[in-house]
Amino acid sequence: MPVHSDHASGHHPALAHHFQDLDQQKDTTWLAMWVFLATEIMFFGGLFLAYVIYRSSYPDAFAIASNALDVKMGLGNTFVLIISSFTMAMSVYSAQTGKKTNLIVFLILTLILGGTFLGVKYFEYKDKFEHGLVPGRHFDFASHHDPKTGAALDHSGASSSSHGASSHHSEAGDKKPLREIQIFFSLYFAMTGLHAFHMIIGAGLLIWLIFLSAKNTFSKEYNSPVELVGLYWHFVDIVWIFLFPLLYLIGRHHH
Amino acid sequence: MSEKHAEHHIVSPTTYAAILGALLVFTVLTYYVAFIDLGIASNFVAMGIAVTKGTLVVLFFMHIFYSTRLLWVVVVGSFSWLALMLILTLGDYVTRHWDVQQRIFF
Repeated sequence: MPVHSDHASGHHPALAHHFQDLDQQKDTTWLAMWVFLATEIMFFGGLFLAYVIYRSSYPDAFAIASNALDVKMGLGNTFVLIISSFTMAMSVYSAQTGKKTNLIVFLILTLILGGTFLGVKYFEYKDKFEHGLVPGRHFDFASHHDPKTGAALDHSGASSSSHGASSHHSEAGDKKPLREIQIFFSLYFAMTGLHAFHMIIGAGLLIWLIFLSAKNTFSKEYNSPVELVGLYWHFVDIVWIFLFPLLYLIGRHHH
Repeated sequence: MSEKHAEHHIVSPTTYAAILGALLVFTVLTYYVAFIDLGIASNFVAMGIAVTKGTLVVLFFMHIFYSTRLLWVVVVGSFSWLALMLILTLGDYVTRHWDVQQRIFF
């Protein structure tokens, strides 16, 4: 354990010299973390704003496009992420109460659940690439046919916003608003991609915490890294709590 | 800085489990309600549930319920800026064609 030699009066080794005590140090780290999260809110906020504007402009296209997402995978991943937030909270509890074994177990559980989320996301992305749902030259929504939602794709009131449809028409009279559907998928990949990127960083932080825990770095008195990574992990969970209904569920009541 | 610092409340596993249960129930609710056609209300129901879930996470998983007033200000301020950005921008967009635009969302 590193001991600061300038602490003549026997301070806790984790107390940095510019803080009065561990309480003040902890208050400071929480404030700093929340200021960082404020910037993260604005970071994601820009994408949510883009989503709101485009969806208010092209509601029908967004509903059609949303139905092409795999809602079961989205729902399953929502459960996985919420449970991972619980195990992260339990990691913080274990650290605060000085239970080292529990801390490591809950951190590993959180890491496994985070990995599960990313694994499901990988298969979702793979499916989108294979079905031509990635915006760009190879975008091919017209040939996309999901046995479950295929009917909804054809009768979803696309007629009211057919402006800007590109040259891809699978059959005569089929007027899917393909340009606007691409905008939905652009936002889908940007928003879930940025979210998944945060998950990857979070997984890295969890691995770091697991190593530190194994080296007995944390105690009842000093566990700020666990708490702050917890805040970050919960924030990423909150982003997904909004992404799931906004991306996966907006067209489900159309038949 | 001579004032007492807030005591660092340790949230109990029981509280965490209760919040987990609530979050799972709300997730199931938002899933099934999405298949019901509520017209324009669908958006408000979906976002109402999401905001409720997010608030539970912030207050309990993120300990804000037990935090200092300074943190309350930072948290409320952060989300207020986001709300300001969304509301003002959307207020512009949805009123540009007020006469011809029949509906916003569904």
